[in-house]
Amino acid sequence: MTAKIAYSDVEVGTELPARSFPVDRATLVRYAGASGDFNPIHWNERFAKEVGLPDVIAHGMFTMAEAIRVVTDWTGDPGAVVEYGVRFTRPVVVPDDDKGAVIEVGGKVAAKLDDHTVRVDLTATCGGQKVLGMSRALVRLA
Amino acid sequence: MALDQSFVGRTYPPTAPYEVGREKIREFAEAVGDPNPAYTDTEAAKALGHPDVIAPPTFVFAITFKAAGEVVQDPQLGLDYSRVVHGDQKFAYVRPVRAGDRLTVTSTIEAVKSMAGNDILDIRGEVHDAAGEHVVTAWTKLVARAAEEA
Repeated sequence: MTAKIAYSDVEVGTELPARSFPVDRATLVRYAGASGDFNPIHWNERFAKEVGLPDVIAHGMFTMAEAIRVVTDWTGDPGAVVEYGVRFTRPVVVPDDDKGAVIEVGGKVAAKLDDHTVRVDLTATCGGQKVLGMSRALVRLA
Repeated sequence: MALDQSFVGRTYPPTAPYEVGREKIREFAEAVGDPNPAYTDTEAAKALGHPDVIAPPTFVFAITFKAAGEVVQDPQLGLDYSRVVHGDQKFAYVRPVRAGDRLTVTSTIEAVKSMAGNDILDIRGEVHDAAGEHVVTAWTKLVARAAEEA
């Protein structure tokens, strides 16, 4: 594992470069195929509304996959991620228009631990509302 | 209907091996729009110290969730899967999943709770490679929302 960020170069409070991840209906169809999660709430508007959702929603695991990119882009080596957890607090609603939705992700170093490991706390929002809670990663730096 | 507490601690037999294909990793990385070369370029992955291309951190969920499905659909447990939503998800990695891995999952029910009419199920999936080495552990919290009163 060779993270390009050195443990000695980061402090508690160091911010990771924030990212925006667009998601539209085509994104969800593609993710369904790649992940094998074909739950119709992620592609069938009629079904989503029948079960009480406002519209088609993104896979929670899609949002989780995007959020960790803030960390893996920062370290360079995705293998530097030692632990990663999230709570799915609110769905990402994806309308059938030419815009879709945008997931905004930020992260900062919340603690420096032993063995060159840091804890990164992530924030993920869509339309200004938090979509992930308790979103944290342990990352081993160089 | 509250779930049976006696299921806590129950471990299910290991799944048949899932072979991690490099093109499946590529497909997943493209689906999440991630161009990191560690997922698609063997030389780039080797330069980072990995023996072959690695999978994005959440890739393994497809395997552990399928294994968890055997638990969720256990008729004796009696969970109403049509009302299930994903509450929490966590992974702890010994090493990244990589192309060529043959992975088995052993699922254990860690907790069964009932809160405000919702059934909450915590499942731990231990993922091992063909050599029996531990690769990653996945924790999945599923919430079966209370049925609406008729």
